[in-house]
Amino acid sequence: MQIPTELLAKIDEAISHYPVSKRSASLPLLHLFQEQFGYISDESIAWIADKLGLEQINILELVTFYPMFRREPAGKVHIRVCRTLSCALAGADDLKTKLSEATGIHCSKHHEGFSHPPEVSPDGQFSIESVECLASCGSGPVMMINDDFYEAVAPETIQEILSKYK
Amino acid sequence: MPAPRIPHPREKRIVFANIDREGYTPDIACYLRNGGYEDLKKAVKMAPAEIVAEVKTSSLRGRGGAGFPCGVKWGFIRPGETKPIYLICNADESEPGTFKDRYIIHQDPHQLMEGMIISAFALNVHLAYLYIRGEFPQGAQILEQAIAEAKEKGFLGKNILGTGFDLEIYVHRGAGAYICGEETGLIESLEGKRAYPRIKPPYFPAVLGLYQCPTIVNNVETLCHVKHIVRMGGAEYAKIGKPNNTGTRIVGVSGDVVKPGYFEIEVGSMTLGELINDLCGGLKPGRTLKAIIPGGSSAKVFRAGEKFKIKSKAADGSMVETEIGVLDIPLDFDTMAACGSMAGSGGVIVMDDTRDMVEALNNLNHFYAHESCGQCTPCREGSLWMQKITDRLLAGGGVESDPGLLESVSNNIAGKTICAFGEACSWPTMSFVAKFPEEFAARAKKQVPPPTPPEFLSETLIGAGH
Ligand SMILES: Cc1cc2nc3c(=O)[nH]c(=O)nc-3n(C[C@H](O)[C@H](O)[C@H](O)COP(=O)(O)O)c2cc1C
Ligand code: SF4
Ligand code: FES
Repeated sequence: MQIPTELLAKIDEAISHYPVSKRSASLPLLHLFQEQFGYISDESIAWIADKLGLEQINILELVTFYPMFRREPAGKVHIRVCRTLSCALAGADDLKTKLSEATGIHCSKHHEGFSHPPEVSPDGQFSIESVECLASCGSGPVMMINDDFYEAVAPETIQEILSKYK
Repeated sequence: MPAPRIPHPREKRIVFANIDREGYTPDIACYLRNGGYEDLKKAVKMAPAEIVAEVKTSSLRGRGGAGFPCGVKWGFIRPGETKPIYLICNADESEPGTFKDRYIIHQDPHQLMEGMIISAFALNVHLAYLYIRGEFPQGAQILEQAIAEAKEKGFLGKNILGTGFDLEIYVHRGAGAYICGEETGLIESLEGKRAYPRIKPPYFPAVLGLYQCPTIVNNVETLCHVKHIVRMGGAEYAKIGKPNNTGTRIVGVSGDVVKPGYFEIEVGSMTLGELINDLCGGLKPGRTLKAIIPGGSSAKVFRAGEKFKIKSKAADGSMVETEIGVLDIPLDFDTMAACGSMAGSGGVIVMDDTRDMVEALNNLNHFYAHESCGQCTPCREGSLWMQKITDRLLAGGGVESDPGLLESVSNNIAGKTICAFGEACSWPTMSFVAKFPEEFAARAKKQVPPPTPPEFLSETLIGAGH
């Protein structure tokens, strides 16, 4: 597996934060790989396990446990919408419906289950995922687009917000 | 972004003093201009045991949810401990309804740094981790930047302020699992494993924690208070609030109020009603109050109009019993517990008369079913059952026995699991069904299906030789 030198440097830096146990670097390495490649492939799992002196299952079981890790790519623009109670009271359901209309993604309603893996638009541009409380309940409904955070999102501003990511 | 908020006159801002302050930035230059790291300079001139004693005197209780006395927890570290001691800051902030640590991390990260460095000094810690939830990528960057700045100025790293004390702090990002907030799950996660909470005993990671060494886990807000305790002195700090419920705390109000938001208040200085009506502008026009979840989604719900009998000390020292309503409950740890719920993480969720309680519970049940780590059968299966039953009620398929079934399932989780998630996931169902029985009954109308007629029982069919 081809690892860019820049990523290698970040990997070594991350491992150095855990002088007692290299295994502790599993989550940081998974984050680095997902940022670089968009998802966690079998190859990545094998590479990380080898690097940290672990069995591949030790890494795979993390990918299947922690909801943020993906086994397949999300859209270029990944949208996370909070579905939990305070945001639901503030209109999260409506927000998600409007987002799915704007992006052409068919989304299940919040109480029909979770969107793991995230639902991706046919052109691969957008994906939407329902997530749990993002710790900004006083300014719902809230969402994240990639790493950016949006609060008190009014459905009529969605087009404008999304256009920044075209 | 909503406009920065001006503190309400009834607030007492200590930890949130710089939050939403015009012109205040998260860099170290701004922090130093505002008197930053002066408390650390004071702390390193004290003996570590002295700082622990001040924290004990302050009666500071943890702000992460359980309200455990911080000084008592710190006291579990044995004097002369030979193993390394670790400090972990719990910045997983994921209890629904809770929003406070986010603002400290994003707007005033050096306050947290200073609190952590002082705490590490007091506890003889040389390696500390800041466990931040994965969904705060910008927060993680801000904290990393703060660490680099503090190092450059000699507040962190080797030989801090020339005292010979060394400390490294690293940021560790979670990846979307609520159970990483539970301290032993957090430790497992930090060890690079699934966040499976550990079997108790040992009850406290202070005995056996990270890498099987003594470990102190504290919430972001708790660690910030430590800095102010060092500044004021424990006795002075304890004058804020009420005995055993000292200091200030940040409460966040969400849901059906005119102005939701966060407020730092003196513990016990106001009632739930004052919080909702005075600070949050009351309910929306024409609406009436239906329910309040007072301390994060796991806290048992209150129904508007409920009455509680509270014991308190009269002036002559005798105990008197008074009756109070929901809106009269003072915002402190002990009265909230005496009323059958908890102050928890300070997240208050308000619901008005337009809300359907079955729907609200169903929303929370989805959360818990999704977030159970799956180790214990009662929690893993029970949380999913509670979700499915409320799904069924909403879909119109509720049968008459469903409220009773919800009750029975929830009663069979709490107290039977490895971690307090068992209580957390069952309390909403227990309290919603008990306090809003008519709403559950109204959706549970279908007759329980009659038993299969004897001629169709499998035994009969097989016996008949078909
Ligand atoms: C299911 C569960 C989730 C928790 N989530 C958090 C959390 O997100 N943040 C937090 O600080 N404490 C959380 N806690 C409490 C921690 O286990 C721990 O008690 C706390 O971090 C101790 O810090 P404190 O004494 O300063 O409050 C959670 C506990 C449980 C049982
Ligand atoms: S109670 Fe639930 S969350 Fe806690 S350890 Fe058991 S299964 Fe996991
Ligand atoms: S419920 Fe959406 S941020 Fe908390």
